[in-house]
Amino acid sequence: MCLAVPMKLIEVTDDAMSGVADLDGARTKVNLSLIDEPTLGDFLIVHAGFAIERLDEEEANTRLDMFDELGEQWREQERERQSSSPDGEAQS
Amino acid sequence: MRYLDGFRDPDAGRALAGQIQERGATLAAKGGRVRMMEVCGTHTMSIARYGIRDVLPENVELVSGPGCPVCVTDTGYIDAAISLAERGHIVATFGDLVRVPGSSGTLAEARGRGAHVEVCYSPEAALDLARAHPDREVVFLGIGFETTTAPVLSLVPLAAAAGLTNLSLLTAFKLVPPALDALLADPLVAVHAFICPAHVSAIIGSEAYRPYVEQGVPAVVAGFEPLDILMAVSEIIDQHTRGVAELVNQYDRVVRPDGNARAQALFAKYLEPVDAAWRGIGVIPQSGLGLRSDYAAFDASLKLDAPISAGEPDKRCRCGDVLKGIITPQGCPLFGRGCTPLRPVGPCMVSSEGSCAAYFKYVAPGAKDA
Repeated sequence: MCLAVPMKLIEVTDDAMSGVADLDGARTKVNLSLIDEPTLGDFLIVHAGFAIERLDEEEANTRLDMFDELGEQWREQERERQSSSPDGEAQS
Repeated sequence: MRYLDGFRDPDAGRALAGQIQERGATLAAKGGRVRMMEVCGTHTMSIARYGIRDVLPENVELVSGPGCPVCVTDTGYIDAAISLAERGHIVATFGDLVRVPGSSGTLAEARGRGAHVEVCYSPEAALDLARAHPDREVVFLGIGFETTTAPVLSLVPLAAAAGLTNLSLLTAFKLVPPALDALLADPLVAVHAFICPAHVSAIIGSEAYRPYVEQGVPAVVAGFEPLDILMAVSEIIDQHTRGVAELVNQYDRVVRPDGNARAQALFAKYLEPVDAAWRGIGVIPQSGLGLRSDYAAFDASLKLDAPISAGEPDKRCRCGDVLKGIITPQGCPLFGRGCTPLRPVGPCMVSSEGSCAAYFKYVAPGAKDA
Protein backbone atom coordinates (compact mmCIF):
# COMPACT_ATOMS: atom_id res chain seq x y z
CA MET A 1 0.00 0.00 0.00
CA CYS A 2 2.86 2.38 0.65
CA LEU A 3 3.82 2.10 -2.99
CA ALA A 4 4.55 5.75 -3.10
CA VAL A 5 6.70 6.85 -6.01
CA PRO A 6 8.33 10.15 -6.98
CA MET A 7 6.29 11.94 -9.63
CA LYS A 8 6.74 15.28 -11.33
CA LEU A 9 4.05 17.90 -10.87
CA ILE A 10 2.99 19.05 -14.34
CA GLU A 11 -0.33 20.79 -13.61
CA VAL A 12 -1.61 22.68 -10.58
CA THR A 13 -5.08 24.14 -9.96
CA ASP A 14 -5.33 27.80 -8.99
CA ASP A 15 -6.00 27.02 -5.34
CA ALA A 16 -3.00 24.64 -5.31
CA MET A 17 -5.15 21.90 -3.80
CA SER A 18 -4.85 19.45 -6.66
CA GLY A 19 -2.98 18.82 -9.86
CA VAL A 20 -1.59 16.26 -12.26
CA ALA A 21 1.65 14.37 -11.70
CA ASP A 22 3.72 12.43 -14.19
CA LEU A 23 6.05 9.44 -13.93
CA ASP A 24 7.73 8.57 -17.24
CA GLY A 25 4.57 9.45 -19.13
CA ALA A 26 2.06 7.86 -16.77
CA ARG A 27 -0.15 10.63 -15.45
CA THR A 28 -2.36 10.75 -12.44
CA LYS A 29 -4.55 13.25 -10.67
CA VAL A 30 -2.97 14.17 -7.37
CA ASN A 31 -4.31 15.85 -4.24
CA LEU A 32 -1.90 18.54 -3.00
CA SER A 33 -3.54 19.50 0.30
CA LEU A 34 -0.67 17.99 2.33
CA ILE A 35 2.05 19.97 0.55
CA ASP A 36 3.15 23.56 1.31
CA GLU A 37 3.20 25.72 -1.83
CA PRO A 38 3.33 23.01 -4.47
CA THR A 39 5.08 24.31 -7.58
CA LEU A 40 5.19 23.08 -11.17
CA GLY A 41 8.23 20.91 -11.67
CA ASP A 42 8.34 19.72 -8.06
CA PHE A 43 9.00 16.04 -7.55
CA LEU A 44 6.41 14.73 -5.14
CA ILE A 45 6.00 11.42 -3.37
CA VAL A 46 2.51 10.28 -4.35
CA HIS A 47 0.61 7.74 -2.26
CA ALA A 48 -3.00 6.70 -2.94
CA GLY A 49 -3.53 9.74 -5.13
CA PHE A 50 -2.16 12.18 -2.54
CA ALA A 51 1.19 13.91 -2.52
CA ILE A 52 2.59 13.21 0.94
CA GLU A 53 5.94 14.95 0.68
CA ARG A 54 8.21 16.77 -1.66
CA LEU A 55 11.38 15.08 -2.92
CA ASP A 56 14.40 17.23 -2.09
CA GLU A 57 16.24 17.02 -5.41
CA GLU A 58 19.48 18.27 -3.94
CA GLU A 59 19.54 15.52 -1.33
CA ALA A 60 18.42 12.99 -3.92
CA ASN A 61 21.20 14.01 -6.29
CA THR A 62 23.79 13.94 -3.51
CA ARG A 63 22.81 10.42 -2.60
CA LEU A 64 22.68 9.32 -6.25
CA ASP A 65 26.16 10.75 -6.79
CA MET A 66 27.36 8.77 -3.79
CA PHE A 67 25.86 5.57 -5.18
CA ASP A 68 27.29 6.32 -8.63
CA GLU A 69 30.69 6.66 -7.01
CA LEU A 70 30.30 3.39 -5.13
CA GLY A 71 29.40 1.69 -8.38
CA GLU A 72 32.39 3.23 -10.11
CA GLN A 73 34.72 2.16 -7.27
CA TRP A 74 33.41 -1.36 -7.55
CA ARG A 75 33.98 -1.44 -11.31
CA GLU A 76 37.50 -0.09 -10.72
CA GLN A 77 38.25 -2.82 -8.20
CA GLU A 78 36.91 -5.43 -10.60
CA ARG A 79 39.15 -4.14 -13.39
CA GLU A 80 42.16 -4.38 -11.08
CA ARG A 81 41.17 -7.87 -10.02
CA GLN A 82 40.89 -8.94 -13.64
CA SER A 83 44.18 -7.41 -14.67
CA SER A 84 46.15 -8.69 -11.68
CA SER A 85 45.47 -12.32 -12.60
CA PRO A 86 46.81 -12.92 -16.11
CA ASP A 87 44.95 -16.17 -16.55
CA GLY A 88 41.71 -14.24 -16.06
CA GLU A 89 40.70 -15.96 -12.84
CA ALA A 90 39.84 -13.79 -9.87
CA GLN A 91 42.10 -14.11 -6.87
CA SER A 92 40.44 -13.70 -3.49
CA MET B 1 13.44 7.81 -14.04
CA ARG B 2 16.69 8.68 -12.35
CA TYR B 3 15.07 9.01 -8.93
CA LEU B 4 14.14 5.34 -9.09
CA ASP B 5 16.70 3.67 -11.37
CA GLY B 6 19.64 5.41 -9.78
CA PHE B 7 18.83 3.71 -6.52
CA ARG B 8 18.93 0.28 -8.13
CA ASP B 9 22.39 0.31 -9.72
CA PRO B 10 23.73 -3.25 -9.46
CA ASP B 11 27.39 -2.27 -9.18
CA ALA B 12 26.72 0.02 -6.26
CA GLY B 13 24.69 -2.85 -4.84
CA ARG B 14 27.69 -5.16 -5.17
CA ALA B 15 29.87 -2.59 -3.46
CA LEU B 16 27.43 -2.31 -0.56
CA ALA B 17 27.08 -6.09 -0.36
CA GLY B 18 30.87 -6.25 -0.06
CA GLN B 19 30.78 -3.66 2.68
CA ILE B 20 28.13 -5.69 4.51
CA GLN B 21 30.30 -8.82 4.29
CA GLU B 22 33.33 -6.92 5.65
CA ARG B 23 31.38 -5.36 8.50
CA GLY B 24 29.74 -8.68 9.28
CA ALA B 25 33.16 -10.28 9.47
CA THR B 26 34.41 -7.58 11.84
CA LEU B 27 31.40 -8.25 14.05
CA ALA B 28 31.94 -12.01 13.82
CA ALA B 29 35.57 -11.59 14.88
CA LYS B 30 34.23 -10.19 18.14
CA GLY B 31 31.85 -13.15 18.45
CA GLY B 32 28.91 -10.90 17.65
CA ARG B 33 25.58 -11.37 15.91
CA VAL B 34 23.00 -8.74 15.03
CA ARG B 35 19.27 -9.16 14.54
CA MET B 36 17.49 -6.21 12.96
CA MET B 37 13.87 -5.71 12.11
CA GLU B 38 12.14 -3.75 9.39
CA VAL B 39 8.61 -2.59 10.14
CA CYS B 40 7.29 -1.57 6.77
CA GLY B 41 5.39 -3.71 4.30
CA THR B 42 7.07 -2.09 1.35
CA HIS B 43 10.48 -2.84 2.86
CA THR B 44 9.34 -6.46 3.30
CA MET B 45 8.47 -6.69 -0.38
CA SER B 46 11.57 -4.87 -1.58
CA ILE B 47 13.88 -7.05 0.53
CA ALA B 48 12.31 -10.19 -0.91
CA ARG B 49 12.18 -8.90 -4.49
CA TYR B 50 15.84 -7.84 -4.56
CA GLY B 51 17.12 -10.84 -2.62
CA ILE B 52 18.70 -8.66 0.06
CA ARG B 53 18.92 -11.52 2.55
CA ASP B 54 21.04 -13.53 0.09
CA VAL B 55 23.94 -11.12 0.55
CA LEU B 56 23.87 -11.12 4.34
CA PRO B 57 26.57 -12.96 6.29
CA GLU B 58 25.49 -15.72 8.61
CA ASN B 59 25.71 -13.57 11.75
CA VAL B 60 23.39 -10.87 10.40
CA GLU B 61 19.69 -11.51 10.66
CA LEU B 62 16.98 -9.36 9.06
CA VAL B 63 13.45 -10.09 10.21
CA SER B 64 10.20 -8.58 9.08
CA GLY B 65 7.92 -7.01 11.62
CA PRO B 66 4.28 -5.93 11.64
CA GLY B 67 4.68 -3.35 8.91
CA CYS B 68 1.73 -4.36 6.80
CA PRO B 69 -1.42 -2.58 7.98
CA VAL B 70 -3.71 -5.05 6.23
CA CYS B 71 -1.89 -7.92 7.94
CA VAL B 72 -2.45 -6.50 11.41
CA THR B 73 -6.11 -5.81 10.80
CA ASP B 74 -8.17 -7.75 13.28
CA THR B 75 -10.58 -10.34 11.85
CA GLY B 76 -13.46 -8.55 13.55
CA TYR B 77 -12.86 -5.47 11.39
CA ILE B 78 -13.32 -7.51 8.21
CA ASP B 79 -16.48 -9.00 9.70
CA ALA B 80 -17.85 -5.51 10.40
CA ALA B 81 -17.01 -4.36 6.86
CA ILE B 82 -18.73 -7.39 5.34
CA SER B 83 -21.75 -6.81 7.54
CA LEU B 84 -22.00 -3.20 6.31
CA ALA B 85 -21.78 -4.34 2.69
CA GLU B 86 -24.41 -7.00 3.21
CA ARG B 87 -26.71 -4.47 4.82
CA GLY B 88 -26.77 -2.56 1.53
CA HIS B 89 -24.16 0.15 2.10
CA ILE B 90 -21.48 0.86 -0.47
CA VAL B 91 -18.12 -0.24 0.91
CA ALA B 92 -15.17 1.51 -0.73
CA THR B 93 -11.72 0.14 -0.02
CA PHE B 94 -8.13 -0.22 -1.07
CA GLY B 95 -7.66 -3.35 -3.14
CA ASP B 96 -5.74 -5.67 -0.89
CA LEU B 97 -8.38 -5.75 1.82
CA VAL B 98 -10.88 -7.38 -0.45
CA ARG B 99 -9.50 -10.92 -0.21
CA VAL B 100 -8.53 -10.94 3.47
CA PRO B 101 -10.43 -13.64 5.33
CA GLY B 102 -12.62 -12.54 8.22
CA SER B 103 -14.14 -15.05 10.62
CA SER B 104 -16.15 -16.50 7.75
CA GLY B 105 -15.37 -15.23 4.29
CA THR B 106 -14.03 -12.18 2.51
CA LEU B 107 -15.34 -8.91 1.11
CA ALA B 108 -14.74 -10.38 -2.36
CA GLU B 109 -17.07 -13.24 -1.57
CA ALA B 110 -19.68 -10.82 -0.24
CA ARG B 111 -19.32 -8.89 -3.49
CA GLY B 112 -19.90 -12.15 -5.33
CA ARG B 113 -23.18 -12.49 -3.48
CA GLY B 114 -24.28 -9.05 -4.62
CA ALA B 115 -22.87 -6.63 -2.05
CA HIS B 116 -21.48 -3.38 -3.43
CA VAL B 117 -17.77 -3.39 -2.70
CA GLU B 118 -15.75 -0.88 -4.69
CA VAL B 119 -11.95 -0.96 -4.97
CA CYS B 120 -10.30 2.46 -5.03
CA TYR B 121 -6.73 3.54 -5.77
CA SER B 122 -7.39 6.85 -4.08
CA PRO B 123 -9.83 7.61 -1.26
CA GLU B 124 -11.06 10.49 -3.40
CA ALA B 125 -13.01 7.93 -5.44
CA ALA B 126 -15.31 7.61 -2.44
CA LEU B 127 -16.40 11.22 -2.94
CA ASP B 128 -17.49 10.40 -6.48
CA LEU B 129 -19.38 7.36 -5.20
CA ALA B 130 -21.16 9.43 -2.56
CA ARG B 131 -22.19 12.00 -5.19
CA ALA B 132 -23.37 9.28 -7.57
CA HIS B 133 -25.44 7.50 -4.91
CA PRO B 134 -27.00 10.20 -2.73
CA ASP B 135 -29.54 7.73 -1.36
CA ARG B 136 -26.92 5.34 -0.02
CA GLU B 137 -24.15 5.51 2.56
CA VAL B 138 -20.61 5.14 1.30
CA VAL B 139 -18.22 3.71 3.87
CA PHE B 140 -14.48 3.96 3.23
CA LEU B 141 -12.41 1.32 4.98
CA GLY B 142 -9.80 3.35 6.79
CA ILE B 143 -6.91 0.91 7.31
CA GLY B 144 -3.35 2.09 7.37
CA PHE B 145 -0.43 3.50 9.23
CA GLU B 146 0.33 7.17 9.34
CA THR B 147 1.11 7.43 5.61
CA THR B 148 -2.31 6.20 4.55
CA THR B 149 -4.17 7.82 7.42
CA ALA B 150 -3.44 11.28 6.00
CA PRO B 151 -5.07 10.68 2.58
CA VAL B 152 -8.03 8.73 4.01
CA LEU B 153 -8.67 11.25 6.74
CA SER B 154 -8.68 14.03 4.13
CA LEU B 155 -12.06 12.62 3.09
CA VAL B 156 -13.60 14.27 6.15
CA PRO B 157 -12.82 17.90 5.22
CA LEU B 158 -13.35 17.11 1.52
CA ALA B 159 -16.79 15.61 2.18
CA ALA B 160 -17.71 18.46 4.50
CA ALA B 161 -16.63 21.03 1.90
CA ALA B 162 -18.70 19.25 -0.75
CA GLY B 163 -21.72 19.10 1.55
CA LEU B 164 -21.82 15.30 1.42
CA THR B 165 -23.57 13.68 4.37
CA ASN B 166 -23.56 10.10 3.08
CA LEU B 167 -19.87 9.38 3.47
CA SER B 168 -18.21 7.88 6.54
CA LEU B 169 -15.08 6.03 7.57
CA LEU B 170 -14.75 2.66 9.27
CA THR B 171 -11.48 3.43 10.98
CA ALA B 172 -8.66 1.16 12.07
CA PHE B 173 -5.77 3.59 11.70
CA LYS B 174 -2.64 2.44 13.48
CA LEU B 175 0.53 4.11 14.73
CA VAL B 176 4.01 2.67 14.24
CA PRO B 177 5.88 3.91 17.36
CA PRO B 178 3.62 2.15 19.90
CA ALA B 179 4.14 -1.08 17.95
CA LEU B 180 7.90 -0.58 18.24
CA ASP B 181 7.48 -0.19 22.00
CA ALA B 182 5.50 -3.43 22.16
CA LEU B 183 8.05 -5.29 20.06
CA LEU B 184 10.94 -4.12 22.22
CA ALA B 185 9.07 -5.24 25.32
CA ASP B 186 8.53 -8.76 23.97
CA PRO B 187 11.44 -11.05 24.89
CA LEU B 188 10.57 -13.44 22.07
CA VAL B 189 11.10 -10.73 19.47
CA ALA B 190 14.63 -9.86 20.63
CA VAL B 191 15.76 -7.35 18.01
CA HIS B 192 18.79 -5.09 18.35
CA ALA B 193 17.88 -2.42 15.81
CA PHE B 194 15.16 -1.10 13.53
CA ILE B 195 15.13 -0.21 9.89
CA CYS B 196 12.49 2.49 10.07
CA PRO B 197 9.80 2.94 7.42
CA ALA B 198 10.26 5.37 4.58
CA HIS B 199 6.92 7.06 4.15
CA VAL B 200 5.49 6.66 7.62
CA SER B 201 8.61 8.61 8.58
CA ALA B 202 7.82 11.25 5.98
CA ILE B 203 4.65 11.91 7.95
CA ILE B 204 5.87 11.54 11.55
CA GLY B 205 9.46 12.73 11.08
CA SER B 206 12.75 10.96 11.80
CA GLU B 207 12.82 12.42 15.32
CA ALA B 208 9.91 10.12 16.21
CA TYR B 209 12.50 7.38 16.64
CA ARG B 210 14.70 9.34 19.06
CA PRO B 211 13.26 7.49 22.10
CA TYR B 212 14.51 4.19 20.71
CA VAL B 213 18.10 5.23 20.24
CA GLU B 214 17.95 6.66 23.74
CA GLN B 215 17.06 3.14 24.84
CA GLY B 216 20.11 1.80 23.03
CA VAL B 217 18.35 0.66 19.87
CA PRO B 218 19.88 1.91 16.59
CA ALA B 219 17.23 3.34 14.25
CA VAL B 220 17.93 3.94 10.58
CA VAL B 221 15.32 5.50 8.30
CA ALA B 222 15.66 4.01 4.84
CA GLY B 223 14.01 4.35 1.45
CA PHE B 224 12.55 1.39 -0.43
CA GLU B 225 15.08 0.99 -3.16
CA PRO B 226 17.62 -1.84 -2.86
CA LEU B 227 20.58 0.50 -2.41
CA ASP B 228 18.71 2.31 0.37
CA ILE B 229 18.10 -0.95 2.20
CA LEU B 230 21.63 -2.27 1.75
CA MET B 231 23.00 0.96 3.12
CA ALA B 232 20.74 0.77 6.15
CA VAL B 233 21.77 -2.82 6.88
CA SER B 234 25.43 -1.88 6.58
CA GLU B 235 24.98 1.06 8.94
CA ILE B 236 23.26 -1.07 11.56
CA ILE B 237 25.95 -3.75 11.50
CA ASP B 238 28.53 -1.03 12.02
CA GLN B 239 26.65 0.61 14.90
CA HIS B 240 26.08 -2.72 16.60
CA THR B 241 29.74 -3.61 16.29
CA ARG B 242 30.76 -0.28 17.81
CA GLY B 243 28.18 -0.71 20.57
CA VAL B 244 26.40 2.54 19.77
CA ALA B 245 22.81 3.51 19.07
CA GLU B 246 22.32 6.39 16.69
CA LEU B 247 19.42 7.80 14.75
CA VAL B 248 20.41 8.00 11.10
CA ASN B 249 18.09 9.37 8.45
CA GLN B 250 19.26 7.85 5.18
CA TYR B 251 16.06 8.88 3.41
CA ASP B 252 16.67 12.57 3.88
CA ARG B 253 15.61 13.22 0.30
CA VAL B 254 12.04 12.80 1.59
CA VAL B 255 12.01 12.55 5.38
CA ARG B 256 12.43 15.69 7.46
CA PRO B 257 13.22 15.60 11.19
CA ASP B 258 9.75 16.84 12.17
CA GLY B 259 7.76 15.24 9.37
CA ASN B 260 4.76 16.67 7.53
CA ALA B 261 3.15 19.43 9.59
CA ARG B 262 -0.04 19.54 7.52
CA ALA B 263 -0.68 15.85 7.97
CA GLN B 264 0.00 16.09 11.69
CA ALA B 265 -2.37 19.04 12.02
CA LEU B 266 -5.03 16.99 10.26
CA PHE B 267 -4.51 14.16 12.73
CA ALA B 268 -4.67 16.50 15.70
CA LYS B 269 -7.88 18.10 14.50
CA TYR B 270 -9.90 15.01 13.64
CA LEU B 271 -8.34 12.10 15.49
CA GLU B 272 -7.38 11.03 18.97
CA PRO B 273 -5.28 8.10 20.17
CA VAL B 274 -7.24 4.96 21.02
CA ASP B 275 -6.33 1.46 22.07
CA ALA B 276 -6.11 -0.83 19.05
CA ALA B 277 -6.14 -4.56 18.46
CA TRP B 278 -3.26 -5.79 16.28
CA ARG B 279 -3.87 -9.16 14.77
CA GLY B 280 -1.46 -11.66 16.22
CA ILE B 281 -0.11 -9.21 18.81
CA GLY B 282 -3.16 -8.26 20.80
CA VAL B 283 -4.27 -4.89 22.06
CA ILE B 284 -1.53 -2.25 22.12
CA PRO B 285 -2.64 0.73 24.22
CA GLN B 286 -2.97 4.07 22.42
CA SER B 287 -1.66 2.54 19.22
CA GLY B 288 -4.58 3.52 17.05
CA LEU B 289 -6.30 6.70 15.97
CA GLY B 290 -10.06 7.14 16.13
CA LEU B 291 -12.30 10.00 15.08
CA ARG B 292 -12.95 12.58 17.78
CA SER B 293 -16.53 12.69 19.04
CA ASP B 294 -17.12 16.03 17.25
CA TYR B 295 -16.80 14.11 14.00
CA ALA B 296 -18.98 11.17 14.95
CA ALA B 297 -21.05 11.89 11.84
CA PHE B 298 -18.15 10.53 9.82
CA ASP B 299 -17.59 7.48 12.02
CA ALA B 300 -19.29 4.56 10.27
CA SER B 301 -19.06 2.34 13.33
CA LEU B 302 -21.21 4.77 15.32
CA LYS B 303 -23.35 6.18 12.53
CA LEU B 304 -24.37 2.79 11.16
CA ASP B 305 -24.27 0.81 14.41
CA ALA B 306 -21.46 -1.44 13.29
CA PRO B 307 -19.38 -2.24 16.36
CA ILE B 308 -16.05 -3.91 15.71
CA SER B 309 -15.62 -6.89 17.99
CA ALA B 310 -12.75 -9.34 18.17
CA GLY B 311 -13.15 -11.81 15.37
CA GLU B 312 -12.03 -15.42 15.20
CA PRO B 313 -9.02 -16.01 13.01
CA ASP B 314 -8.35 -19.49 11.69
CA LYS B 315 -6.70 -21.37 14.54
CA ARG B 316 -4.10 -22.88 12.25
CA CYS B 317 -2.95 -19.43 11.11
CA ARG B 318 0.45 -18.32 12.41
CA CYS B 319 0.36 -14.78 10.97
CA GLY B 320 0.84 -13.40 14.47
CA ASP B 321 4.23 -15.08 14.91
CA VAL B 322 5.25 -14.08 11.40
CA LEU B 323 4.29 -10.48 12.12
CA LYS B 324 6.51 -10.40 15.20
CA GLY B 325 9.43 -11.94 13.35
CA ILE B 326 9.38 -14.99 15.61
CA ILE B 327 9.08 -17.32 12.64
CA THR B 328 9.68 -16.78 8.97
CA PRO B 329 6.78 -17.56 6.62
CA GLN B 330 8.33 -20.94 5.86
CA GLY B 331 8.03 -21.70 9.57
CA CYS B 332 4.25 -21.75 9.27
CA PRO B 333 2.91 -25.23 8.56
CA LEU B 334 0.31 -23.80 6.19
CA PHE B 335 2.80 -21.88 4.04
CA GLY B 336 2.44 -23.05 0.46
CA ARG B 337 0.35 -26.00 1.57
CA GLY B 338 -3.02 -24.86 2.87
CA CYS B 339 -2.26 -21.18 2.42
CA THR B 340 -1.28 -19.69 -0.93
CA PRO B 341 -1.88 -16.32 -2.60
CA LEU B 342 -4.74 -17.91 -4.50
CA ARG B 343 -6.34 -19.40 -1.38
CA PRO B 344 -5.01 -17.42 1.58
CA VAL B 345 -5.85 -18.38 5.13
CA GLY B 346 -4.33 -15.34 6.78
CA PRO B 347 -3.69 -11.74 5.75
CA CYS B 348 0.09 -12.11 5.54
CA MET B 349 -0.40 -14.18 2.41
CA VAL B 350 -3.03 -12.09 0.69
CA SER B 351 -1.81 -8.58 1.31
CA SER B 352 0.41 -7.07 -1.36
CA GLU B 353 2.82 -6.20 1.45
CA GLY B 354 2.49 -9.34 3.52
CA SER B 355 5.57 -11.28 4.55
CA CYS B 356 4.13 -14.58 3.36
CA ALA B 357 3.09 -13.15 0.01
CA ALA B 358 6.62 -11.73 -0.41
CA TYR B 359 8.29 -15.04 0.42
CA PHE B 360 5.89 -17.02 -1.76
CA LYS B 361 6.57 -14.79 -4.72
CA TYR B 362 10.29 -14.16 -4.41
CA VAL B 363 12.06 -16.56 -2.06
CA ALA B 364 12.99 -19.97 -3.43
CA PRO B 365 12.46 -23.02 -1.24
CA GLY B 366 15.74 -23.91 0.36
CA ALA B 367 17.00 -20.33 0.14
CA LYS B 368 19.07 -18.86 2.95
CA ASP B 369 16.16 -17.98 5.21
CA ALA B 370 14.03 -21.04 4.50
